[in-house]
Amino acid sequence: MTLVRRLAAILLASFYMVSLFAGWLAPFDYAHQSRDCIAAPPSARHLLGTDELGRDSFSRLIYATRVSLLLAPAAALLATTLAACIGGVAGFRGGIFETIAMKATDLTLSLPWLFLLLIARAWMPLSMPPWQTLLITFLLLGSFGWAGAARVVCAAAGSLRASDMLLYARAYGCSQGRVFAAHLLPTLRPILLAQFLILIPIFILSEGNLGVLGLGVGEPMPSWGNLLRELVDLPAVAERPWMLAPLVVFALVTGCFYLLTSPGDYA
Amino acid sequence: MRALKPILHIIATAALGILLAGSLIRVAPGFGIDERELDLRLNSESVRRIRAEAGAGQSLASFYFQYARGLATGNLGTSRALGRPVSELLRERMPVTFGAAGVGLMASWTGAVALAILSVRCRSRWIDAACGALSSLLLCLPAAALGLLTVMVSGQAERGAMVALAIALVVFPRLFRLTRGILADALRSPHVTCAMARGVSESRLIVWHILAPSAGPLLALAGVSTTLAFGAAIPIEVVCDSPGLGQLAWQAALQRDFPLLVNLGLMVCLLVAGSNALSAAAGGLLERDKQGA
Repeated sequence: MTLVRRLAAILLASFYMVSLFAGWLAPFDYAHQSRDCIAAPPSARHLLGTDELGRDSFSRLIYATRVSLLLAPAAALLATTLAACIGGVAGFRGGIFETIAMKATDLTLSLPWLFLLLIARAWMPLSMPPWQTLLITFLLLGSFGWAGAARVVCAAAGSLRASDMLLYARAYGCSQGRVFAAHLLPTLRPILLAQFLILIPIFILSEGNLGVLGLGVGEPMPSWGNLLRELVDLPAVAERPWMLAPLVVFALVTGCFYLLTSPGDYA
Repeated sequence: MRALKPILHIIATAALGILLAGSLIRVAPGFGIDERELDLRLNSESVRRIRAEAGAGQSLASFYFQYARGLATGNLGTSRALGRPVSELLRERMPVTFGAAGVGLMASWTGAVALAILSVRCRSRWIDAACGALSSLLLCLPAAALGLLTVMVSGQAERGAMVALAIALVVFPRLFRLTRGILADALRSPHVTCAMARGVSESRLIVWHILAPSAGPLLALAGVSTTLAFGAAIPIEVVCDSPGLGQLAWQAALQRDFPLLVNLGLMVCLLVAGSNALSAAAGGLLERDKQGA
């Protein structure tokens, strides 16, 4: 592991620690309003100042880190599970299954998926309790992000279809289901893990975009997406540049994920 | 038959898209319901007529038939929120998004290819690292944030230019990384080593020995970059307040305007399928030429 990757891993681990202990580390609750400190600058009491509603920006950033850093891996887990099922079965069975699955992935991959997310999100009620919006965002991201991973899993499963290992398992009398679940899927584990890690930064970015559009996690629950939404008020950002702190944290964490998962030359 | 394959692919995508779009509109919450039904002054006969107008109680098959017939004649229905024909709205907004996405794509391709050449040909680690850092930084920011930063930096510049610049910034890092990989692979091939040993000039080496053999894979990226550009246009047009298709899609999503949203999705789907098919066909032609030579 290179030094840069090690640093990225340490930084990411510390962000996760902060997000897990958000309740202890945050000086205020994310919804607590200090009505005497509206849009206040950074001070010893409010490290990153307060927002237009008098809520402590630092506390909200810590809680938002928790929401986004847990939401993205959860959605990635769902997408990877779907990819393992769809891509794995398609590659394992081959023939018409593979053709249909690959056509579906082609179609899903060729669409700008923010359009799909918009259509699907518009289907749901727009005004909902925050935890429901959180659940919907997680389900939407997870259920639309499987296609790329499924393609990789299908190719890997297809290459194992005629392998000696599966041939022995069949000759031993294992059922198709058992061959798939007990022999094929464990062999695909490294690929699934790689796909899971690749999907996390993609989902963090998607949640950010949905949040800015007002279609992500609902207020008052903070997520990086709805903290970035505050940046739409450009004159306020010019006056109070510390409002850019969520963007810096966002870029830092996404960058760490890319560094850790990128096989390229820049890692 | 080979030449027909991309066309058949577009037709199949269109048919599937129409089926999906029709299904989404038909089962969307509020389909066949008209606010006028709540008017207590209307008698039951009037309410029945309003319901028939809105298509309530219509069988699924006849709904699909009517929807496909409407599409064939250019009638995409009426936007619920804006009360105007969808086709008219699309006609108005298309030039804005297409113009910005086109300029953005050109800028991102130019930047990505130029920096990829610089990165693989200059033997300085610093230049390569700087190009990598720039692309990594842009890759870590969501499209909406890049749109906001563009507005912040460019101030009072024209909106179309800002949207184009932001789209270019979103597409550039993805294109740069893939292009750099393709060009680095081409650079490692034996014919390039041979050309370098023979003292071929730098410009000739880049154009004829690195870029020309990489044209196939680079063309394949064209389809991907179109998808990226149109996906990025939604949040960017919203934050830049640009009256294009992306902003229209966002408004339709917020107002649950399904006829508008689904037809927009269908149009983008066809456009992307078309551009993918075109880039695949062009790549296939190049490959055939190479085999022929």
